[in-house]
Amino acid sequence: MEKNRLSEFLIEKGLFITAIFSIVIILLIVSFILVEGIPAFENYGFFHFLFGMEWGPSRGQFGVLAMIIGSIYVTLLSLLMAVPLSLLCAIFMAEVAPNNIRKILKPVIETLSGIPSVVYGFFGLIVLVPLVRTYFGGTGFSLFTASLILTVMVLPTIITISQDSLRAVPQEYREASFGLGATNWQTIRHVIFPAALPGIITAIILGMGRAVGETLAVIMVAGNVVQIPGSIFDPIRPLTANIALEMGYATGLHYNALFGTAIVLFLIIGLLLLVANYIQYKYKVDIGGGYL
Amino acid sequence: MNTKNIIIIVAVIAVIAILALVLAGGGGASTINVVGSTSVQPVAEKLAEEYKKTHGDIRINVQGGGSSVGIKSAQDGTADIGTSSKDLKPEEKTGLTEHVLGMDGIVIAVNSANGVSDLSKEQLKDIFSGKVTNWKDVGGSDAPIHLVTREEGSGTLDAFESIVMGKDTKIKSDAIVQSSTEAVKQSVKQDPDAIGFVSYAHMGDDVKALSVGGIAPTDPTIADGTYELQRPFIFLVKGTPTGDVKAFIDWVMGAEGTKILAEEKIVKSTK
Repeated sequence: MEKNRLSEFLIEKGLFITAIFSIVIILLIVSFILVEGIPAFENYGFFHFLFGMEWGPSRGQFGVLAMIIGSIYVTLLSLLMAVPLSLLCAIFMAEVAPNNIRKILKPVIETLSGIPSVVYGFFGLIVLVPLVRTYFGGTGFSLFTASLILTVMVLPTIITISQDSLRAVPQEYREASFGLGATNWQTIRHVIFPAALPGIITAIILGMGRAVGETLAVIMVAGNVVQIPGSIFDPIRPLTANIALEMGYATGLHYNALFGTAIVLFLIIGLLLLVANYIQYKYKVDIGGGYL
Repeated sequence: MNTKNIIIIVAVIAVIAILALVLAGGGGASTINVVGSTSVQPVAEKLAEEYKKTHGDIRINVQGGGSSVGIKSAQDGTADIGTSSKDLKPEEKTGLTEHVLGMDGIVIAVNSANGVSDLSKEQLKDIFSGKVTNWKDVGGSDAPIHLVTREEGSGTLDAFESIVMGKDTKIKSDAIVQSSTEAVKQSVKQDPDAIGFVSYAHMGDDVKALSVGGIAPTDPTIADGTYELQRPFIFLVKGTPTGDVKAFIDWVMGAEGTKILAEEKIVKSTK
C-alpha cells in the first residue's frame, strides 16, 4: 500500500511537471527578451523606438515603424490570398471530394507544410523574384513576392485545421438540412460553414501566426529595405527579417534594439491573438450545453 | 516495482547528466580566444580547425563582433588574438603587434549578360549613392540599375563603404539588402540589371566581376595593390605573443598556414 501511494504521488507530480514545462519555457523566453530589450527602450525612448522612421544602427537610429508596417502588410496580403484559397480547398476536401481524391489531396497538402522554409525562400529567390520583375517591374524583391511565398506556406495550416473542424460538424446537421430539402451547397453555406466557423477562425489565427513569424523565406525575397512601401511591388523589411539579418554582428545598444524589435513583434502577435479570440468568442455557435 | 523503475530511471538520468558535464568540461586543455572581424571569422575558423588536427591539446574559440571589437578586445586583453579587416589608425596601434595574414579583394559583381565590364571608383560611388540610376550613363544598355547591398554590420559592407563611398556618402536607402555573399550572388545572377559586391574569396563564375579603373581583380593585381578595392586581414596581439598564442601565430604565418590562406583566396601582399 505504502509503495503504491508513493508511485502514485511520483507519477502525479511527474505529469504536473511536464504539463507546466511549456509554460515555464515560455515565461523564461519572454523574460529573457524583456531583460535584453528593455535597455533599448530606456535609452532610446519607447515611442521614439516604436514610431521612429529611421533605422541606422551605425548612426544610432533605431526606429521600427517602417518594419511594423512591413510586417502587417505582408501578413494581411498573404492572408488575403491564402484564406479564400484554403477555405474553398477545405470545403472541397471535407464536403465535396470523393474519398479517393481526398486520399491523394491530404498527404500532398501535408507535405507542403513539411518543406523547410529555406527551400521556399530559395524557390522564391530563383523562380518568383525574376517572374515578378519581368511582369510587374522593379527589382522583383517586394512585398508582393514575400506575400506569395507566405501564401503557399500558410495554406496547409489553414486547410488542415479548417477541414478538421468542417468534418467535426455532427452528421445530424447535414441530415436535417437535406431533410428540409436543401441542396448540398445550401447545406454547406448555411449550416456546416457557420457551425465550423470557430474552428476556421482558429485555423486562420494559426496561419496568421506563421505568416507574422516567418523569417528565413521572407528575408530571401522581401528585399529588406527599411521603408514604408508605396506599392505592393516595393521591397520591405518585416520585423523578423530585421532581427535575423543583424543579430550576427550586433553589440551594445544595437543588440538591445534587436531584442526591442522582438518585443514589438511579441506585442503585435499578442494583439492579433486578442482580436482573433474576440471574434471567435463572438461567433461561437451554441449547441445544447457546449459549443463547437 | 514501479518505484524501483522510477528510481532506476532517475539514477540513469543523473549519471548521464554528470557524464555530460565532465565531458563538456574538457579537462585542462589551454584555450586561445580569437575575437573580431566577421570577415576574418571563417578564415580563422578554418585555420583553427586545421591547427587542432596536428596540435591536439588546445582549444581555439573564434568569435565575431566586428573589427572594432577585435581591436578593443586585443587592447584590453579580453581576447588572446583580436582580428581586424581594416587598417588600424596610428593611435589604435599602440601596444599591439600586427600580423597581416594577407589581402582580401572586394569584387564588384554584375550579371553575365551585362554589357558593362569596367567602372571607375567614382562611377561606383555615383551608382551606389543613387546619383547614377541608369546603366546607359555608364556605358551600358538603357535599363535601371538595381543595387544589391549587405546588411548593417557586415564586414564586406563596412569595407565597401570605407573604400568606395568614403565618409560622407551613404548607399542609397532603397538598395536591396541581402544577408550573405551567396544571396548577393544569386540576386545578381538572376537579374540582368543588378550590381552588388562580394568578397574575392567567394567569387564564382556565375556572375561577372567588373574591372575597377581598368584593373581586373586577380591574385597578382590584389597582391601588388593595383586593384584598389582591397582590405587586409590582420591578427592583433597585445605586446609580443608568447606560449600557445605564439605557437599558433607562427604556424599560421608559416608554410602550412600560408597554404590554407591561399586555399581561402587570401592573397599575400607583395607591396
